[in-house]
Amino acid sequence: MGALRSYRLRLQRKRWRIRAFRKRRDLSAVQNRTGQIAPDDMLVFSTLRNEKIRLEYFLRYYRDMGVNHFLIVDNGSDDGSLEYLTEQPDVSIWSTGASYKRARFGADWLNWLQSRYGHQHWTLVVDVDEFLIYPFCDTRPIRALTDWLDASSIRSFSAMLLDMYPKGPINTFPYAEGQNPLEIANWFDSGNYTVSKNTKFGNLWIQGGPRARSFFHDRPERAPALNKIPLVKWHRDYAYVSSTHMVLPRGLNQTFDEWGGEKASGCLLHAKFLDTFGTKAAEELIRKQHYAASHEYKAYHKHLKDNPDLWCKWSEKYINWRQLEILGLMSKGNWA
Amino acid sequence: MTVGIVMLVHEALDRAEQVARHWSAHGCPVVIHIDTQVSRPDHTDFTERLGKLDNVRFSKRHRCEWGTWNMVAASQGASELMLAEFADVRHVYLASGSCLPLRPVDELKQYLEDRPMTNFIESVTTEDVPWTVGGLDAERFTLRFPFSWKKQRKFFDGYVRLQRRLGFRRKIPVGLVPHLGSQWWCLTRQTLSAILEDPDRSDYDAYFRRVWIPDESYYQTLVRLYSSNIESRSLTLSKFDFQGKPHIFYDDHLQLLRRSNCFVARKIWPRANRLYDTFLSDNPDIMIGAEPNPGKIDRIFAKAVDRRTRGRPGLYMQSRFPNAGWENGKTCAPYSVFEGFADLFEEFEDWLGKMVGARVHGALFAPGKVEFAGRQKVFSGALSDRAMLRDYNPKSFLTNLIWNTRGEHQCFQYGPRDTQGFDWFVAADSNAQISVISGAWAVPLFHSNRNFTEIRKEAARLQKIEAKHLGVLRSPHTKARVRIWSMADFIESPMEPLQTVIDEIGPRNLRRLTEAPRMVDLTGFGQFLQNLKNQGMHPHLMGDFPSGDTMPETPRRRRKPYLVKK
Repeated sequence: MGALRSYRLRLQRKRWRIRAFRKRRDLSAVQNRTGQIAPDDMLVFSTLRNEKIRLEYFLRYYRDMGVNHFLIVDNGSDDGSLEYLTEQPDVSIWSTGASYKRARFGADWLNWLQSRYGHQHWTLVVDVDEFLIYPFCDTRPIRALTDWLDASSIRSFSAMLLDMYPKGPINTFPYAEGQNPLEIANWFDSGNYTVSKNTKFGNLWIQGGPRARSFFHDRPERAPALNKIPLVKWHRDYAYVSSTHMVLPRGLNQTFDEWGGEKASGCLLHAKFLDTFGTKAAEELIRKQHYAASHEYKAYHKHLKDNPDLWCKWSEKYINWRQLEILGLMSKGNWA
Repeated sequence: MTVGIVMLVHEALDRAEQVARHWSAHGCPVVIHIDTQVSRPDHTDFTERLGKLDNVRFSKRHRCEWGTWNMVAASQGASELMLAEFADVRHVYLASGSCLPLRPVDELKQYLEDRPMTNFIESVTTEDVPWTVGGLDAERFTLRFPFSWKKQRKFFDGYVRLQRRLGFRRKIPVGLVPHLGSQWWCLTRQTLSAILEDPDRSDYDAYFRRVWIPDESYYQTLVRLYSSNIESRSLTLSKFDFQGKPHIFYDDHLQLLRRSNCFVARKIWPRANRLYDTFLSDNPDIMIGAEPNPGKIDRIFAKAVDRRTRGRPGLYMQSRFPNAGWENGKTCAPYSVFEGFADLFEEFEDWLGKMVGARVHGALFAPGKVEFAGRQKVFSGALSDRAMLRDYNPKSFLTNLIWNTRGEHQCFQYGPRDTQGFDWFVAADSNAQISVISGAWAVPLFHSNRNFTEIRKEAARLQKIEAKHLGVLRSPHTKARVRIWSMADFIESPMEPLQTVIDEIGPRNLRRLTEAPRMVDLTGFGQFLQNLKNQGMHPHLMGDFPSGDTMPETPRRRRKPYLVKK
């Protein structure tokens, strides 16, 4: 990479940081418990809107994994999410009524909170419908992973988004608060992902899965990106470029091996397709606050009218991380 | 007689304390070296708590950075203290704060009691070690290393390069033969004191002070001077990964560690509560009298290193995306590509499916639709039959298909009408078996009911594509197994080539082929080619067909003559 390109990326990173700094004014602290954060605590950052029904399980899942503190931006919920989160002892919450789109889909807000509170911490940036799976996650807490990453001088850990769906039309199974959404949406596509390299940022671009198969088969280039780097040992100079797909400096995107080996990686199980999805998609379509003129939500809406069944004969039923490892969706790397 | 434990501690003091108490309670004197990195309050706290035990001592502190002399200095000081203070110590065991005894201490004592003169220290000459980090083995002993490998890597590497270029070599002290090995040893009082009280020790120390990672070579080399009773293995189970850092043990390794029968394991994750609770409890149900046998653990860690360095061939995913040429197998299993067969034979797919134990697809890259076997809309791995999805990244499509169907041989049809653009990938893939009947694409044109000008144009297009494709297949860089017949040669005697191709696919049919696929009617094909020529196009890929109707009779009329037996 030439010096000029490297300098341009540096400027771009600074731009995102300045932007995040400006956007901090969008946020007003509702409950700031960040004083509780101990030096080597593991932090989760998230933005949400009207996700009350999912919160109970989301918090439980990550608490059990060993996360110490949650820093959450609430973007104008009116379903009680804010009140629920305010009561949680390990959650700091900021609220904003500002535009999600103009905060680059929440990235600016989280970049700000991360630089303010995430410096020198392992930080995990996930949505409330994303559940991190990493090698040995059934026997080892997340701290084991981050300690190992530290010992190996690795700063970032990739976890591909794996769309989960139920068997049968999405509306068939009602989701109850506190329930594990993966009990309902426990099927996934095991081997239809396309990978290509983004030479500018040095990250991989992964597309595919049930959304590409069912909603974007005539415009595959518009299918959502599934590559994610949600777990980073944060430094205040870092910045996410676009959601958690890319991060600067670009060395952090080097979560893949180019010489034939496999680095350790995980998966984010994406339990988006529950019965709540229909109303959500309709609402988002009206709000027009999503990426690329919400084309994703337009596509969903078009198909959701006939209550689609994403399941097919070749879908795999989720068992555990070892299954995902064998299927080649994630890897243990040299962690044993 | 007992064994004394020299313990080097620099982090996780609570665990170190727990282990030190365990040793001490079972009658093993402990001398602890605490790194100067440990903060003063932590240090005072630690020494106060352990200082109450009468068989625990603390040695002079050093700042131990990985790969530097101070690691040796620390163990020397602690060992001297051990030998001086505890007269009943016969063996001294060097351990770290993250070591965990796996077997009852009495077992270890008994084991050493039975081998009173044996030194357990891995000690191998430099020519024989494959595991050195940074490519330095013999040069560890002949170059100088004033810079830190961890903090000043550029200077470190630069200085090594400079010395190599200048041909600089240090002299190894007379009598020393460099040996390397694990830094965790267990030496007898006799040997250890001989090393520490050697009149030439100051010379040796001065020399090793400038050797790189002396803790892996100091004792390992010197022990060869004083003892012939050496078991060249470490009693401490300690595995290193490809970067030279130790593998870490977690709670889920419990059964493995139990079955390893090793005395001490390193390195244990400080929060592995179950390991500490289990092995430090005095529950003697584990491992009585067995020899250490870390084979299974070795295999697991060797596999992990292999996965990190070589990976799974044919897999492309979020953390494995090899550069071109580094795939170590572009796809994960052999597959067969048939070009022109489906044009020349009727129902070739069905026939092939009957002949071989493989999955036979139609034209996977056909325009409009992916023709999966049985024309399924979705196939293994939830691959869709939508052409646009496939054409978005045909290479991924192919590698995914082969990966998803591991354990089953895939066959598919291909031709110049299909999506192009990844010939090089397939041609350079040693798993691909490509059989081509060149020019057979003209047969469907011959049978089509289209205007001749159109046919001529299409023929010219397809011929151009196939000629280019054949050029790729014939290039010297091709690694695939390629077989090309011109159509004329092929129909001369179709059975032999078919037999070869099918034998290659699978062992299901070791007998001769009994049933030939039915060839399409080629009456008038020669004239058709002649017509193309008359129109100014030169169809050359088919080989030489006589014009007019002097074609060989199609096999339709001479069915299975070779089946007739007396």
